Amino acid sequence: MEFFERFAIPNPSPAIYASMVAIALVSIGIVVGLTYFKKWGYLWREWLTTVDHKKIGIMYLVSALLMLFRGGADAIMMRAQLAVPDNKLFDAQHYNEIFTTHGVVMIIFMAMPFIFAFMNLVVPLQIGARDVAFPRLNAISFWLFFAGAMLFNISFVIGGSPDAGWTSYFPLAGNDFSESVGTNYYMLAIQISGIGSLMTGINMCTTILKMRAPGMTLMKMPMFTWSAFIANVIIVFAFPVLTVALIMGTTDRLFGTQFFTTDNGGMDMLWANFFWVWGHPEVYILILPAFGIYSEIIATFSRRNLYGYTSMVASMVLISLLSFLVWTHHFFTMGQGALTNSIFSITTMAIAVPTGVKIFNWLFTMWKGKIRFTVPMLYSVAFIPLFTIGGVTGVMLAMSAADYQYHNTMFLVAHFHNTIIPGVVFAMLAGLTYYWPKFFGFMLNEKLGKVTFWLLTVGFVLAFFPMYITGLDGQARRMYTYSESTGFGPLNMLSFVGAALMAIGFVVIVYNVYYSFKNSSRDIGSDPWDARSLEWATHTPVPEYNFARTPQISSSESFWDAKKNGHVLFKGELEEIHMPNNSGVPFILGIIFFVAGFSFIFGLWVPAIIALIGVFICLGLRSFELDHGHHISVKEIKETEEKLGGAK
Amino acid sequence: MMALVFVLTGCDRLLVFDPKGPQAERQANDIMLSIGIMAVIVIVVMVILAFILFKYRASKQPDNYEPPHIEGNKWVELVCVGIPILIVAYLSFVSVKSNYIVEATPEGYEDQEPLVVYAASSDWKWHFSYPEEGIETVNYLYIPTDRPLEFRLYSYGPITSFWIPQLGGQKYAMSDMTTTLHLAADQAGEYMGRNANFSGKGFAENTFNVTAMSQADFDDWVKEVKETAEPITEDTFEELLEPGHLGQMTFTGTHLDFSPAPEHTDSEMEDMDMEDMDMEDMENMDHSGH
Repeated sequence: MEFFERFAIPNPSPAIYASMVAIALVSIGIVVGLTYFKKWGYLWREWLTTVDHKKIGIMYLVSALLMLFRGGADAIMMRAQLAVPDNKLFDAQHYNEIFTTHGVVMIIFMAMPFIFAFMNLVVPLQIGARDVAFPRLNAISFWLFFAGAMLFNISFVIGGSPDAGWTSYFPLAGNDFSESVGTNYYMLAIQISGIGSLMTGINMCTTILKMRAPGMTLMKMPMFTWSAFIANVIIVFAFPVLTVALIMGTTDRLFGTQFFTTDNGGMDMLWANFFWVWGHPEVYILILPAFGIYSEIIATFSRRNLYGYTSMVASMVLISLLSFLVWTHHFFTMGQGALTNSIFSITTMAIAVPTGVKIFNWLFTMWKGKIRFTVPMLYSVAFIPLFTIGGVTGVMLAMSAADYQYHNTMFLVAHFHNTIIPGVVFAMLAGLTYYWPKFFGFMLNEKLGKVTFWLLTVGFVLAFFPMYITGLDGQARRMYTYSESTGFGPLNMLSFVGAALMAIGFVVIVYNVYYSFKNSSRDIGSDPWDARSLEWATHTPVPEYNFARTPQISSSESFWDAKKNGHVLFKGELEEIHMPNNSGVPFILGIIFFVAGFSFIFGLWVPAIIALIGVFICLGLRSFELDHGHHISVKEIKETEEKLGGAK
Repeated sequence: MMALVFVLTGCDRLLVFDPKGPQAERQANDIMLSIGIMAVIVIVVMVILAFILFKYRASKQPDNYEPPHIEGNKWVELVCVGIPILIVAYLSFVSVKSNYIVEATPEGYEDQEPLVVYAASSDWKWHFSYPEEGIETVNYLYIPTDRPLEFRLYSYGPITSFWIPQLGGQKYAMSDMTTTLHLAADQAGEYMGRNANFSGKGFAENTFNVTAMSQADFDDWVKEVKETAEPITEDTFEELLEPGHLGQMTFTGTHLDFSPAPEHTDSEMEDMDMEDMDMEDMENMDHSGH
């Protein structure tokens, strides 16, 4: 029996038992459903083994949405707990687990797959490529992310969730102060999905550098592709730091090394440094693609070219460089002294300059335009002022002497949600609405979309603006409760109301998908928004090979030029198209990594070693595999093109 | 905007805007200044946005209007870079100046001998040692007004952050380094102090009371403690370190005699070169490796 005790929940509650039952029932439901409708073969052939960037993108998208709801559930529980003083809804331990998983899920398992979804869906189309540079590697990236996400999400029903905050500072996250396996989950789950992210970074950089259509020089790339490129360059430089830090943390916890412990020469602040050397660039990994999406949307719905293309690119390059020079601002209060703090204070504020340039460029893109207030445009228009507020509070936080008062308070929480929600989440929802017709063949309902938009915007303001005030009144973050005498009560209740509005908004999105699936027209053509860049130049739904003939590029808006200025995108005869074969190995690798991760978390060394051998067998087999892909004949292409409505 | 001003400066002032010491006042002034400048930026962006959205919305324009192709304008973009640079440069100047002020003995107090207090955190308590007075308290802090205070911070466990919002901003307390926080109180009164950095299950209640009083009252209190309190011993201190919450306690003597603060200090970190640090780290490892 002793063996099984390690899998028990250290701090059980009725809610967790209910979740266990729910997870079991849903799993059984999926298995039964797939068997009953005989969909196992379809699932295997079309999804689990696919290397198609569009299908991988859709799988990222679905995962991100699921994780959004997981992280959102955590968020609403936090706001409910803090809505009234001395609340007894959760105890300290549960609250600590909830905010830890909220942070990790939202950053690593929601925002990251969301941007990967759009990079996968859009980048190859925007540069006129047939797929990414390494399609099978792309599938491995996805399945590693998925394995990490699933591993992290079972923590609360098997063994206990991590409870040391998403920053997981040592020594709190060490064995001395965090005894459950929770933090092992943190280390291993993020490690596995992080390896996937690193591979995506390499894959996307290669794709963008090597696979652009003829004529598309770097300075003729659409802005989203530029943003994806810069973000992936940051990934390649930042994620190895996380990998190393997580390995050190894992060996500290599992094998008794002393990198971050309080004695034997361990340095607890070393973790904080490593974490933020990755962590700060990470926020730009998330925000830059969001900027890219806004750039596409604002140009499309203002019916104008993007203002200041060159300065847009230059500012992103500058942001990417500065992003590695500011990490110390996350702990100005560590006692590095006035000189160090002054340097990092200045580098941090400097980021405001290129970011400001982008804000003004978006404003000038709308200037003299013809602005249509569609749902994606509404998100973009709300983004500008809200993100500006998030940005200027960032400058305030960058003033290190003043930061001694903001640090660790709700003011900080308000600030980063003020950048991440209007910045990243709104961009993802705008992108979702904007690109939905391209990949699913119907539009999402505009009216329901607008309801969501208003619920989210009003909810956001109500939920987060009060935190600026309570922070300045001394409410520290991560407190599971506070006494009535502090006077934090009314504003926290307001936050809860805002959070509830946002929750309703997210539910409306789900209903919108269902409603639009039932009611929306399927006859929308390939360019329903009257858009400008290349992804709209092919059919809807996009054929497997993306473009029957490779497009010829003349500017960053070649599709617009083709529509308005008589540019000819597609020249020449149809030719045979070479495409990669599907493979089951990425999915199997995902399972093996899941088993390996789980075994390491619980110190089950025999299965851990077997799983690691399995990884090497998969890698070895790949080296000896002769797989030259397959060819799509001209006849097949013609048939597909005719079925989709004329050759393009 | 009016609501904002009212909330920030109204009769029921927020703690950070109700400073009772020179450091907190400096920080409150910096914060007000930055809020002012930032509010102007936000308002300018909002006004431009509202104007553009109103003027160039599609419903207001003729059907055949086709927006022009505009690449960008060197001068416009230069202004968009120049103004933010000026603002950032000014705020950087203020920020750097404030850094040196909050990291030193409070202005106007330079000629006085500071009161040194060692503040150590353990799960989830604060231990305050007054080495010169030879007394120690748990979870409450008595300080004299109008005298510079030098807190030496460290931790028996997770990283914590020592914070008395009305006297000044926070600083970390860590187990392998002693950090120094310079504060002073201008007015007598009771202030809230807490650990601001998440440190586990008991974090929310990891608070302490601060009472500022005149030097005479402070001296009386020290005298009284010396006459009435029990001495602190190594065994009692070990018990105090056990995780949990304790009420307020008072002892004579300090734990510094048998459990001294970490040797590394933040001030030494600033002017120590890498070689020295490596040497010392290695020595430390030798001592504690067994």
